[in-house]
Amino acid sequence: MKPILLIENWKLGIKKNTFLSFVRKEFRHIFRDTWTMVILLLLPVLMLILFGYAITTEVKNSKIAIFDPSKDVATEAIIRKLAASQYFSVVKMLNSQTEIDETFKKGGINLIVVFNENFNENMMHTGTAQVQLIADGSDPNSAKTIVGYASNIIAAYQQEIFKINNIPYQINPEVKLLYNPQLKGAYNFVPGVMGMILMLICAMMTSISIAREKEMGTMEILLVSPMKPIYIILSKAAPYFVLSLVNLTTILVLSVFMLGVPIAGSFVSLIVLSLVYIFVSLALGLLISSIVNSQLVALLISGMVLMLPVIMLSGLMFPIENMPVFFQWISQIIPAKWYIIGVKNIMIKGLGFSSIINELLVLGAMAVVLIGVSLKKFKIRLE
Amino acid sequence: MDTILQDQSNKVITAENLTKKFGNFTAVDSITFEVEHGEIFGFLGANGAGKTTAMRMLCGLSFPSAGKGTVAGYDIEKQSELVKKSIGYMSQKFALYEDLKVWENIRLYAGIYDVPENEINPRTDELLKRLGFENEKDTLVKSLPLGWKQKLAFSVAIFHEPKVVFLDEPTGGVDPATRRQFWELIYQAADRGITVFVTTHYMDEAEYCDRVSIMVDGRIEALDSPKNLKKQYNARNMDEVFQQLARKATRIDS
Repeated sequence: MKPILLIENWKLGIKKNTFLSFVRKEFRHIFRDTWTMVILLLLPVLMLILFGYAITTEVKNSKIAIFDPSKDVATEAIIRKLAASQYFSVVKMLNSQTEIDETFKKGGINLIVVFNENFNENMMHTGTAQVQLIADGSDPNSAKTIVGYASNIIAAYQQEIFKINNIPYQINPEVKLLYNPQLKGAYNFVPGVMGMILMLICAMMTSISIAREKEMGTMEILLVSPMKPIYIILSKAAPYFVLSLVNLTTILVLSVFMLGVPIAGSFVSLIVLSLVYIFVSLALGLLISSIVNSQLVALLISGMVLMLPVIMLSGLMFPIENMPVFFQWISQIIPAKWYIIGVKNIMIKGLGFSSIINELLVLGAMAVVLIGVSLKKFKIRLE
Repeated sequence: MDTILQDQSNKVITAENLTKKFGNFTAVDSITFEVEHGEIFGFLGANGAGKTTAMRMLCGLSFPSAGKGTVAGYDIEKQSELVKKSIGYMSQKFALYEDLKVWENIRLYAGIYDVPENEINPRTDELLKRLGFENEKDTLVKSLPLGWKQKLAFSVAIFHEPKVVFLDEPTGGVDPATRRQFWELIYQAADRGITVFVTTHYMDEAEYCDRVSIMVDGRIEALDSPKNLKKQYNARNMDEVFQQLARKATRIDS
């Protein structure tokens, strides 16, 4: 931070006092506004907790019903295993096939496990047995997860009896999903939330704070003053830069110690990537503020133009591969997409610096273009 | 810093055929005038007459389309950075930071205008004493009454002892008693040698100025002392002078 500012000072012939008094003012604005403080410090924590835990709690204690016409050793062992799992609680035993439909219509049940008749016998004689996993597909994400859990438990049972009898029995759950659910939630969301929070803090807060000066009429005073416009911009961006570093630290500490998401790869690479992303976000904020004149519009634009695409198109919520080609195309120009890929490579996959060179180059190019455009657009003169 | 030009003449502001066009619309149409050192110069005109645009050109906020001008001896087009260092500015919008304390606002502007560090504290105390604000040093600006805010804003605008201070309708929305107090501050500043360039549409305030110019449709229609103008237009007060001139206006503007 310090060295960068000193270099800028020297290049622009700026007096240190002027800069510091302006930065101090900017911090005072932030510290005196309760809501700004709440957004800056609590929002990241809340979002991380929400995203981190919402997914896991949803899948824990899923209510399941069971239709078991066989009632033999094998099915009972599997039911015991399901009931013992922290993910499920068995709430109902069904007596006939027809009850399946009714149960779903009544609601409250996430999954029904249906064993075939003569389950154990089939397994012993023919070597295969059938079980059907029927999930409520109206919430596809959690349905997939639940089915995945149940399949894992059944597979674990299969392994057990294989060890005892040394005969390769086959239990075929009818739903097959290549999915590793236990860890997916938090692992997926931490990089996404990082991308979102940093964008929110940098872009939204910077653009609003500049728009506020325009609205209040203080911008006019600043423009009449000998302070150079680039200098006003720098001193506006500096506090938010510092704060986003604080947020970055908070998010990383929380995700490592609370959500148990490790930083598998190079810490330095992660920080470098984040710094570049922060520059992109700041530049976007400045660009927005050079276009708008009121805080409300600044808020709306950062909300609509920045937050929505970050949530919908960056791969945070929905996998990019599943999107229509048109949206896949749009997602290419969303900075968060590149950042999230990079963070996943380093944090989750544990890859090194070479894995994020592409992402760094894209984000770097975005930063250069955006800063260039916003400096050009920033109105030196009011007309 | 004083140039030879300033030593020879006493002109602090000069405008020569200063013009500003926005597309086909001529906001300021070739105005020419001079303001002398220590003068209180009233810049009058109806809304939309072009006075704010003219003022912005003089402050370096907007480039002239044609014509020339100097402020404090510096060319407004080529030396706008030097112009900015020599002027103070107070706009019609109240422009101190509401969520900063009184002393923090003073400190900020002192920093922006690069007032020497060791002079900031004594000057701050002097300013507060002059305004009778000694007890408000730590008050948030938003909790001050409007009249006080405006007096403070003016004092902050001249904190760095500029050669000229530009006031853009500084007393909007303030009662007459507070306006008079405000004008006392202006007189004090003028006595200290600060040239005051003020726009207003309160005609009682026009009477307080040393000289007054009246703009109609982008042109200066009259320029003289209030006394001479009243004689020339055979009017009892400045309001009547203004009414006679403003009647010519063709621009319909809000």
